[in-house]
Amino acid sequence: MTIPFYVAPEQLMKDRAEFAQKGIARGRSLLALTFAGGVLLVAENPSRSLHKISEIYDRIAFAGVGRYNEFDQLRVAGVRHADTKGYAFSRDDVDARALANLYAQFLGQVFTHEMKPLEVEILVAEVGRDDQPDQMFEIAYDGTISDRTGFAVLGGKNDEIGERMSSSWSSEWSLADAVRGAASALSGGERELIATDLEVGALRRGVERRAFRRVPSDELAEMLSSG
Amino acid sequence: MGLRQSWRIEPAGDVFASANGAVAPHGYGLGGLTWSELGGQAGDPGPSFSRLLSRLGMDWRSSWLDASGASARAGGFGLPAAHGTTVLALRFRDGVVMAGDRRATEGSSIAHRMMEKVMPADSHSCVAIAGVAGPATEMVKLFQTQLEHYEKVEGLALTLDGKANQLGQMVRENLAMAMQGLVVVPLFAGYDVHRRVGRIFAYDVTGGHFEEIDFHATGSGGRDARAAVKAAWRERISGPEAIQLAVQALYDAADEDAATGGPDAVRGIYPTVALVTADGFEKLDDEQVERSFSELIEARRLAGQAP
Repeated sequence: MTIPFYVAPEQLMKDRAEFAQKGIARGRSLLALTFAGGVLLVAENPSRSLHKISEIYDRIAFAGVGRYNEFDQLRVAGVRHADTKGYAFSRDDVDARALANLYAQFLGQVFTHEMKPLEVEILVAEVGRDDQPDQMFEIAYDGTISDRTGFAVLGGKNDEIGERMSSSWSSEWSLADAVRGAASALSGGERELIATDLEVGALRRGVERRAFRRVPSDELAEMLSSG
Repeated sequence: MGLRQSWRIEPAGDVFASANGAVAPHGYGLGGLTWSELGGQAGDPGPSFSRLLSRLGMDWRSSWLDASGASARAGGFGLPAAHGTTVLALRFRDGVVMAGDRRATEGSSIAHRMMEKVMPADSHSCVAIAGVAGPATEMVKLFQTQLEHYEKVEGLALTLDGKANQLGQMVRENLAMAMQGLVVVPLFAGYDVHRRVGRIFAYDVTGGHFEEIDFHATGSGGRDARAAVKAAWRERISGPEAIQLAVQALYDAADEDAATGGPDAVRGIYPTVALVTADGFEKLDDEQVERSFSELIEARRLAGQAP
């Protein structure tokens, strides 16, 4: 009988975390923020069809960075969860917190039990109804879940982007302000991001059914140039 | 593989009891699927919501089928069930108009006075139901969820033909129940955003669906409604004319068919009238429908056809 090499649990977890972080840091960043008209999600993504930002349910959106195939499967699982729950109970019973918890459990399980952790960081956002506050949950590759208010940054270089956002962000921003603010925080002023570099989606405040809307390129170009 | 199968996510305290009282194998966790199953391997439900439901043991049809099978052995389905009656759709210049009365009957008595039989299926299509109310409303709910589910999972909405076909499959899956008396016959209409026209699809109990060119009506008063529309329908009819024609057809159906409800001025309950155009689904408000009925009744009275 062969005896497997002993690896200290601390070392094992550290190796896995490093592996996942490396994978995530390679990708471009993503920004979510609340503004007067709802919740805005902005990703650096030159692809028009491989989305990083998508709709989950009436007031819930999903965003992911890292390996596309991995976060896309998580997205589909989230749609399945939400649609099944809304079908079995009522549309109002579907909420972001429960979904974020499920994701956290799932990612935590994979991190400790699987050969390879998922190289993703995901965000579940919900626009508040009436005067309820908006909610943003960030879930890391190891299942760590954090509740963000104001804005959230996912992916590589998130410290720099976070600093730039905290100096400029305001909850009173209009959609165009928010798009410009997010674009300049993502670019950092060193390079210019144009409409086709960005993927933008918004959860519109006050829309009861299916609040999620993708902001099309031509509209984006107009907002970016009018600043 | 043993390890992979071991971390199936189980719901925390959320279980569904199926028809025979057994606890469903999965709750609505992340679809009860493991990571490897999420990866599109065998058994993946894909963009189909009904397949996802059967996977989760939440398919309502199985329980009704059990019940209807048992009742067949016992000599027929003798339970009283509410029936919906007349619904119609007609094409006009900018899309389609769909309308339905609000009455549901149980045998010769009125079961409900304000049942909604015309419902949006998604942003650019709508569905109307005639037949046994319970399974019919459930079918519509499943159909609405299926269309939205497909659109979200695939990132693209189904074409109008795809939607019509999907509804046909649902009606076909209902065939065993239909044989026991739980008949559901929907009517589907929508605005085809690719062809830029309104289109109407009629169904039979076997799930067969047939595109109707100009108009169709179904339910117990369907024949009378069809006759009324046939007498006045013209190509490129305008929106207001189409609404008036739909209202008139429902009025005539209620005039001839005992199970079809007319306008109820006492309770302020009026038939449902909805439009689907390039701008999407729009249900007319009660005041507008009420005005259309008042105009019709006034015109009939002047013409000496007082009801």
